[in-house]
Amino acid sequence: MRINGAQAVLESLKQEGVDVIFGYPGGVVLPLYDEIYKMKFPHILVRHEQGAALAADGYARATGEVGVCLSTSGPGCTNLVTGIATAYMDSIPLVCFTGQVATTVIGKDSFQEADICGITTPITKHNFLVKRPEDLLRTIKEAFFIARTGRPGPVVVDIATDVFRAEMEFDYPEDVHLKGYSGIFKGEERAIDAVLDALSKAERPLAFVGGGVTLADEADDLRAVLKKLGIPVCSTLMGLGCVEPDADAYLGMAGMHGSYAANMAITGCDLLLGIGVRFDDRVTGVVKEFAPEAKIVHFDVDAAELNKNVRVDVPVLGDLNWSLPLFIKKLAACDVDFPARFAVWREKTAEMHKTHPFFYQKRDGVIMPQQLIETVTRLMDDDTIFVTDVGQHQMWAAQFCSVSRPRHFLTSGGLGTMGYGLPAAIGAKIGQPKKKVVLFTGDGSILMNCQELATAANYGVDVKIVVVHNHLLGMVAQWQRMFYEHHYSQSQLKGRTDLVKLAEAMGIVGVRIEKPEELETALPKALTRDGATLIDVMVPEDVNVLPMVPGGKRLDEMILEAAK
Amino acid sequence: MRKFLLAILVDNKPGVLTHVAGLISRRAFNIESINAGYTEEESVTRINIVVSVDSERELEQVKHQLSKLIDVVKIVNLTEVENITRELVLIKVRATAEARADLINIVNIFRAKIVDVSKENVVIELTGEESKINAICEVLSEYEIVEIARTGAIALSRGPVPVKQMEEN
Repeated sequence: MRINGAQAVLESLKQEGVDVIFGYPGGVVLPLYDEIYKMKFPHILVRHEQGAALAADGYARATGEVGVCLSTSGPGCTNLVTGIATAYMDSIPLVCFTGQVATTVIGKDSFQEADICGITTPITKHNFLVKRPEDLLRTIKEAFFIARTGRPGPVVVDIATDVFRAEMEFDYPEDVHLKGYSGIFKGEERAIDAVLDALSKAERPLAFVGGGVTLADEADDLRAVLKKLGIPVCSTLMGLGCVEPDADAYLGMAGMHGSYAANMAITGCDLLLGIGVRFDDRVTGVVKEFAPEAKIVHFDVDAAELNKNVRVDVPVLGDLNWSLPLFIKKLAACDVDFPARFAVWREKTAEMHKTHPFFYQKRDGVIMPQQLIETVTRLMDDDTIFVTDVGQHQMWAAQFCSVSRPRHFLTSGGLGTMGYGLPAAIGAKIGQPKKKVVLFTGDGSILMNCQELATAANYGVDVKIVVVHNHLLGMVAQWQRMFYEHHYSQSQLKGRTDLVKLAEAMGIVGVRIEKPEELETALPKALTRDGATLIDVMVPEDVNVLPMVPGGKRLDEMILEAAK
Repeated sequence: MRKFLLAILVDNKPGVLTHVAGLISRRAFNIESINAGYTEEESVTRINIVVSVDSERELEQVKHQLSKLIDVVKIVNLTEVENITRELVLIKVRATAEARADLINIVNIFRAKIVDVSKENVVIELTGEESKINAICEVLSEYEIVEIARTGAIALSRGPVPVKQMEEN
């Protein structure tokens, strides 16, 4: 059967199991949009291409499938860039299709021409420019394969518009043959033996888990390992949900705004088992002083992560789908009673977390942001997907949302993209329609992609948007308060924007909450009503996210309480 | 700072040089030279880079990050094996009548060649290791050098085993 390139793209997407595209049309992709129309291919029209990339990202994080977005050439694809970089930093599988001007005019500074492959080279796992119809199907096959295997990541497929019109035979390849990439990351068994050996010599081991566990869908195996070892565990921001919050000796999030116990345990442990983490500067504090007494074990799929930021003593290179099951097998064969051996240390760390939990002081007559997040979490069921934007509310959500499942806490960790939340929440809800989706955002972040309120309204996407409204760019203001002598340079939003009216103008319901007593009346009502709802909650301006490890300090030098 | 010569075999696809060069700049690696050319296999391009690094760990990072590129088939650190390294330089020097004899002398001492002569200039070609190239440039700096073009180093291992059959090291 001969079909045109545009049809071939959509048929390829069906072969890859894609059930929705997030996109925005424009000149050079019109042939593709015509086939979307004729084939009735499921497509969500966003209101800005950045929304398309971020919605595809939210979809991918919530489902574990590859997210797909589509834009036209030039400004269409440059608008995707922030979304692509967000996915790249957190290793999220995306395939981003972009239209390119016709092959005859590439390189001539044509109307709406941009070299998106050149632009996205540093922020993609790989990218392709398709200029020949005969390369189209193989390229799409490779793009999905690269995006989802190994350490996942975004792939850009830039297609010249004449390729959409070219006639071709639809013969979708079964296999991928890439000389330099097999997609298989199996390590060496003796690496696991080295871990067991290190454990047998350790007295104060600590597990430190991250987003790699979620990406590999390995949380169950991780929990089995932890149970068998009986060692304390802390998490990175990206790892939240991999360990049940009420698990024995779970110390919560580590790092700049991590828990006292997690940071003290890192500083005091003599063996650190890093699993699917990348020792980002927000989690290590001053890197030379990170885990100063510990041998470091590092499980990772990416060889370039080993020894990148911290020196690793026992590297376990390979897919966690390989290493964790093998680790479990070897632990089962091992007759050491690890939980008994590490009981004293485990109880000591658990006690630290009990005496120094994440903490805030309630105030009369106002809603504290942490109180809001705690209340929302309590009102929602365990299967709720929480999405955050970026800033203070993000850290409070990380501290006070007790997320018990992987893929249920979606946040822009690496890039820290303000404006991530709303489109990602929409993508997550579309990917997981049966689950409830709650977005925590701020009055700064929400306005960065508030055009997507229209998308939520038009498609009836039932997301609950909780705005932690403090009239400030809270995290900027916190740094200015703590380190810049209260010079609130350009961080005050002045608060003239009526977010409830904005929600209504965009076609969704808006509710404002100002008094603490409304947390038990208006809040549950808003959270349980049908349809997208923006809940604008007023909180005080002067609250800091604590604990905090200031830049350039060691993890054990955290500030625990606000200065009087 | 130590220098290492890496031979990188890449899939000969559009954009592959951008990917390699882009990665080097993004990760802030120091490179002394880079060059690329066809090989005995039509689908494979060989990129030779000389990197200067502070530590083994940094060298490992360079190799691992480059290995991650989808189009990179193989990387071998040729500095770690017996090898032959060569660089080619072309130097255009102002050759006045009184300087010409001296220049010819220098060319002979270095076993270089004069490949072009005009009334005012000669173009000297020399192949050799970097130290030899540096030495002739140094000597010629006594004269008026008009311009220099250097290829950067390329290398092959000694013995029968080609890079494509070597273990990555």
